Amino acid sequence: MADLSVNLAGIKSPNPFWLASGPPSNSARQANRAFEAGWGGIVWKTISNDAIVNTSSRYASLNLGTLRMAGLNNIELTTDRSPETNFREIAEIKRRWPDRAMVVSLMVDTRECWHEFVKRAIDAGADGIECNFGCPHGMCERGMGAAVGQQPAVTEKIVTWVMEVATIPVIVKLTPNITDITYAARAARQGGANAISLINTIKSITQVNLDCLVPEPNVGGLSTHGGYCGPAVKPIALHMVQCCAADPEVGLPISGIGGIANWRDAAEFIALGATSVQVCTAIMHYGFRIVEDMIDGLSGYLDAKGFKNLAGLRGKAVPMVQKWESLDLNYKRIARINYDKCIGCNLCYIACEDGAHQSIDLVPPNGQGLGPGRVPGKPIPKIREEDCVGCNLCAIVCPVESCVTMVSIPTGKPKLTWKEYQEKLARGEIKPIPAHP
Amino acid sequence: MPISPKLGPEAAAANMADIAPRYTPQEAIIEANRCLFCFDAPCIQACPMGIDIPSFIKKILTGNLTGSARTILTANILGGSCARVCPTEVLCEGACVVLDREKDPVKIGRLQRYVVDYAQENRLQVLKAPSGKSGKRIAVIGGGPSGLGCAAELAQLGHQVVVFEKKPNAGGLNTYGIAYYKMKPEVSLAEVELVKSLGVEFRCGVEVGKDVSIKQIEKDFDAIFLGLGLGKGGRLNLPGEDVPEVVEALDFIEQIHTHPLHDVAVGDRVAVIGGGNTAIDAVTQALRLGAHEAVIVYRRTREEMPAYEFEQQLARTYGVKFLFNVVPTEILSNSKGHVTGLKLARTSSANGKVQILPGTEFIEPFDMVIKAIGEQKQVELFKKLFPALEIHPRGVVRRNPDTGQTNLPNVFSGGDCANGGREVVNAVAEGKKAARGIHAFLSGGKTSGPVQPSRYGVQGAPVGSGFDKPIRVLELEKEYARQRK
Ligand SMILES: Cc1cc2nc3c(=O)[nH]c(=O)nc-3n(C[C@H](O)[C@H](O)[C@H](O)COP(=O)(O)O)c2cc1C
Ligand code: SF4
Repeated sequence: MADLSVNLAGIKSPNPFWLASGPPSNSARQANRAFEAGWGGIVWKTISNDAIVNTSSRYASLNLGTLRMAGLNNIELTTDRSPETNFREIAEIKRRWPDRAMVVSLMVDTRECWHEFVKRAIDAGADGIECNFGCPHGMCERGMGAAVGQQPAVTEKIVTWVMEVATIPVIVKLTPNITDITYAARAARQGGANAISLINTIKSITQVNLDCLVPEPNVGGLSTHGGYCGPAVKPIALHMVQCCAADPEVGLPISGIGGIANWRDAAEFIALGATSVQVCTAIMHYGFRIVEDMIDGLSGYLDAKGFKNLAGLRGKAVPMVQKWESLDLNYKRIARINYDKCIGCNLCYIACEDGAHQSIDLVPPNGQGLGPGRVPGKPIPKIREEDCVGCNLCAIVCPVESCVTMVSIPTGKPKLTWKEYQEKLARGEIKPIPAHP
Repeated sequence: MPISPKLGPEAAAANMADIAPRYTPQEAIIEANRCLFCFDAPCIQACPMGIDIPSFIKKILTGNLTGSARTILTANILGGSCARVCPTEVLCEGACVVLDREKDPVKIGRLQRYVVDYAQENRLQVLKAPSGKSGKRIAVIGGGPSGLGCAAELAQLGHQVVVFEKKPNAGGLNTYGIAYYKMKPEVSLAEVELVKSLGVEFRCGVEVGKDVSIKQIEKDFDAIFLGLGLGKGGRLNLPGEDVPEVVEALDFIEQIHTHPLHDVAVGDRVAVIGGGNTAIDAVTQALRLGAHEAVIVYRRTREEMPAYEFEQQLARTYGVKFLFNVVPTEILSNSKGHVTGLKLARTSSANGKVQILPGTEFIEPFDMVIKAIGEQKQVELFKKLFPALEIHPRGVVRRNPDTGQTNLPNVFSGGDCANGGREVVNAVAEGKKAARGIHAFLSGGKTSGPVQPSRYGVQGAPVGSGFDKPIRVLELEKEYARQRK
């Protein structure tokens, strides 16, 4: 069994799975249940010094087909329970679960306040602090949350306030509502933070109710821009995590967040540089029990891959993401159809014909073997290999596993990146690649 | 003993409840989501009406049920009844390729029913006859599925149509002859109303040739569509056949459709003679109405039984018993003239020929015998109405299958009287084709259906699909097996 334990800038936990700051991490009752289920750590629901009042009607969802909550949006603020209650419960939970990571998320305004709340968190026995500079709704109107995270200078400033009194590791939670997240991450580093976590939610409107023309969540006839999370944001989160992991000027350990729902998602975040991962929406959807498969699946995967611990996996995919200009222009792949599997839905055909590069024909089946669903005599899709640009679309739309596959074709040509191409062109060593007809 | 009703109203209604009840909105969404939205989908080709199935299913998902109903009903005016009575296992659903052609297809029939029910219940006006009229008048003789298919299409092409129907209600077998647990007569009557709403006039209770002469009709109308269906059930020609407890399957089913369920008499031990789908409908309904035992008596082997496999299965799960390779040789009655049993003999049916095996006779007690041995052709009637009409040796009206036109230029035909007896959906398709034939005959105009989004741009055939050239899944399976070898 691979070792799943992690150490994020000194915050230790038996596994990388933490509750993200949010509704699931709002109380001792929930924290107990989560730890009983096996979660490795918790980032407590953000505590602030403002008296918090929440609206009734707070979440809205993007449903895709029968899949509910492909994306979730919320307009909730920080915890609406008092700081006293929260710190008391935090202390209780830490006493009861000493081996689990207890991180306290804070969002306050003045320097004095930050000092006071950081100390209270330390006194409660927290293992770390997470500065919430990411909440994109409500609190940012009051100069907190994303209002901080969107201005690197302010981020840096506030982090220095925190570091003045922090005796435990400090994580800065970043907002994705920014053009280039590495600027915010570097600011956190400049301010002295020990780690970063990302992403917080993305500004969004998930849906407009077409009967009353009010977007959801509807609060008495009005709505507001909410924060988006859940499976739909994972690609954005992965991109941002990789950017931070690859940036030497950031150079901080990362707690990955955004759309993680199972061990595969977690493994992807870890491969792109995350040390721990945090989960919110998936718990809101299915409850704490999902961690069982997360632990089971991840350790099984590590064993199968021969990794003794998470360090073996961490960051392995980071260097595999490079600038476009470093990609090999001479690399060629094309689509191939496995006719034994083809069911004759023609989705590859119409996708390529109307949506891609017109490289599939419908031709008479002429002796071609038949797949499990195909109608004899009905035309079959056939890829014109010389025209296929290898865009992957047909393989993506094909509903049958490994029916359309993309295969690499040896071109016999040496690797040629855009950069080299431009240089060789300038030197007159190479003729321009002809434009696509 | 004379036979009598066996069940009270509640028990009868419960036993005869829909075998495939309407989906709830959520069930419909879940099922619709399974559709792959194939391009030029096999299901469209397997539907004799060529309904753009992926399109109507997609519209369920977007909440556009009006549009969905329009997609269905423009292709098939009887989309609601076909959704219930079509053997979808060998049509659209049999061709569905989700996962595999044999495995768990999208339940197209039930989705179609869901949509048409919705349109019906919410009185959505999805079809419209054009306001400009051609001035041409067409008489449709026979208000069954083919007649309705023809009338609806003609009305939508701007012609004036009158339907002559012998029975008190139009709808034909859909109103009187479908297993009650598959479809209630109200569904069919609602479809008749839909056709009426297109401006078609119905003259029910009018028998052509008796109440109105063909001469008169030819004078009043520019063209005639013959959709007479089939005639009375066939005779066994056995001793003892003419007693009250020996009934024809379609008469038995008609009773179920025209009387309260708890007033329909059934025997305690019922024999159904025949091996087709009507035999299955009769035998399961007899059981559902309280018969203690119901037995199919079929003169050939199980493999030779023409009823669809899934229909046989349905009967089996319902507890129907089967006697294969057995024929009745005499119907036995007591002194008061009530059926007491059948004298039966075993047969051999090697290479298709049925031969009674001598010395194998035995007696089985029954108190009711239902004959389901097919309906008679109506050659006499055709001859009487149109002495010059060309009749196929098979006893059906000879017509051009693409246009429905007979040897008499103004007379068109389709449905059971022309095809010898096929599915409801085939009858509607033939009626619709004949309507287009009539339209071409009267106005020289050619018609084609609306462009189907799921087939848009298919080379050489932007419209059409299964309506022009249906594939049969049964035949397809054979071809498939052959090609695999
Ligand atoms: C209802 C709700 C409330 C949240 N509240 C907080 C919060 O108080 N502090 C915080 O840092 N993040 C908060 N988040 C953001 C989550 O911690 C997390 O960053 C985000 O949801 C992305 O992860 P996920 O896709 O696993 O949900 C909240 C998210 C949701 C859905
Ligand atoms: S990979 Fe792209 S270009 Fe090639 S056949 Fe598939 S869809 Fe067409």
